[in-house]
Amino acid sequence: MTAMVEISELRKTYQSGFEALKGVSLEIREGEILALLGPNGAGKTTLISAICGISVPSSGTIRVGGYDTITDYRAARKLIGLVPQEINLEPFQKVIDAVRFSRGLFGCKRDDVYVERILRQLSLWDKRDAKIMELSGGMKRRVLIAKALSHEPRVLFLDEPTAGVDVELRRDMWDIVAKLKADGVTIILTTHYIEEAEAIADRIGVINKGELLLVEEKTALMTRMGRKELVVELQEPVESLPEALSGYDLDLIEEGRALRYTYDTSADRTGITKLLSDISATGLVLRDIRTRQSSLEEIFVGLLQENAA
Amino acid sequence: MNFQAVKSIYYFEMARFFRTLLQSFVSPVISTSLYFIVFGTAIGSRIDQIEGVSYGAFIVPGLIMLTVMTQGISNASFGIYFPKFIGTIYEQLSAPVNFLEIVLGYAGAAATKALFIGLVILGTSAFFVDLSIQHPWAMAGFLILTCVSFALFGFIIGIWAKNFEQLQLIPLLVVTPLVFLGGSFYSVSMLPPIWQKITLFNPVVYLVSGFRWSFFGTADVPVGLSLLAIAGFCALCMVVVWIIFRTGWRLRS
Repeated sequence: MTAMVEISELRKTYQSGFEALKGVSLEIREGEILALLGPNGAGKTTLISAICGISVPSSGTIRVGGYDTITDYRAARKLIGLVPQEINLEPFQKVIDAVRFSRGLFGCKRDDVYVERILRQLSLWDKRDAKIMELSGGMKRRVLIAKALSHEPRVLFLDEPTAGVDVELRRDMWDIVAKLKADGVTIILTTHYIEEAEAIADRIGVINKGELLLVEEKTALMTRMGRKELVVELQEPVESLPEALSGYDLDLIEEGRALRYTYDTSADRTGITKLLSDISATGLVLRDIRTRQSSLEEIFVGLLQENAA
Repeated sequence: MNFQAVKSIYYFEMARFFRTLLQSFVSPVISTSLYFIVFGTAIGSRIDQIEGVSYGAFIVPGLIMLTVMTQGISNASFGIYFPKFIGTIYEQLSAPVNFLEIVLGYAGAAATKALFIGLVILGTSAFFVDLSIQHPWAMAGFLILTCVSFALFGFIIGIWAKNFEQLQLIPLLVVTPLVFLGGSFYSVSMLPPIWQKITLFNPVVYLVSGFRWSFFGTADVPVGLSLLAIAGFCALCMVVVWIIFRTGWRLRS
């Protein structure tokens, strides 16, 4: 797969001396959905701003579709659509005028058919003549997306698109993103909702304190870093772990009613079979067994803690 | 050159003007009428002719200049400050446009609005006084150049301003006094000799004088100097705007 966005050794140091980006290098593949995860102030928005031309990087290079974002900014920017984090819209403008304005700004001729298609896709067509100030927060977010898509970009940046958005709209957003991906649009979204990344991303990048800690396929990441738990519920509660089981990484939980075994999914042997037979040998009677995979959130928190250490 | 972008910004700004057309149109008509009633009729009737022109007619060029300068500044400064204030500026910064295109859109629209209002005042004046324009082409040239220069100046103020107070600061504390003391309502020759000298440091004197010359053929300062002053001011503003976009000052973090 060819790279749509190539970032090399990108640094951004503010006048105050604060280093917002500390040499970030990243390749974003054409047609993928990359989720950039990170806590507040990690550098997610700074990275997007630098790619889109809103802030000037201190050093490093960025290429979008093969075009350098500084020396060939016109060609590079034409490929990019940006949905900002804040709802920044001209309140007195009509929805359709706002979208037409954005299209013109990106150098495209007026195309009512295309604009109608975008507005219909985003369920905004009925509101096309409404003033933006009359719309709900969710509708305004849709207008931001419509504006970002108005010039038919090949790369779409969504900066925390579902921050402060209700569950229904969040699902709608995910649907919209899925449709765009189907159209071949490369999507980069920043979020600190891990479930969002888990639900829609192909690859996950974790950024903290201006450094990219890792970029990996979501499934591979979850397999590699995912810990699994096996919970064995007992028929009768026990007060302490039997001596015969002391060799296992076991915790007694639920007031002695269950044993929790944590194991690595990527290990050659999980040790489950032996554990179960050893439990049985101690005379404990099993009531139920359940397993649980650690979520991306736990992986993420673990990574940040590792990074802080 | 991204002409589509220039057109989009220009139309967007003009749409704002047309949304408040009544206000844009009626307010200069009313204020001009008031000036004529107060200065032209009530006070002006007691003032002799100035350089062979009735006082009422004499103040017309100054009145147009006064309004065109303040309107050019306020329209352009607000035009660029408002997107900064509400955050929509991200779009212009991330669009495939250069500084020239952004300036052409914003300052072009602000200059158009100022020109429109200037012409409205000229038309309104014709109801109150007999007007003859001796050098119509020069008049049009001075008017357009002033509209453009002050729209550019307003654009700079709009970028510089960090809040609404700063947006008003320069027009209120610098431009309005300079315009009022720049011979809009009097001839420099009416001042005591020392003030005649001091007033020559006021750039507005050159603009008003040149513009008045295009109407009546008389001027406080040589007309070539007036042209040089306004062209120089226009060029200076362009250079400042160019530097702003080169460096991203107050625009790009």
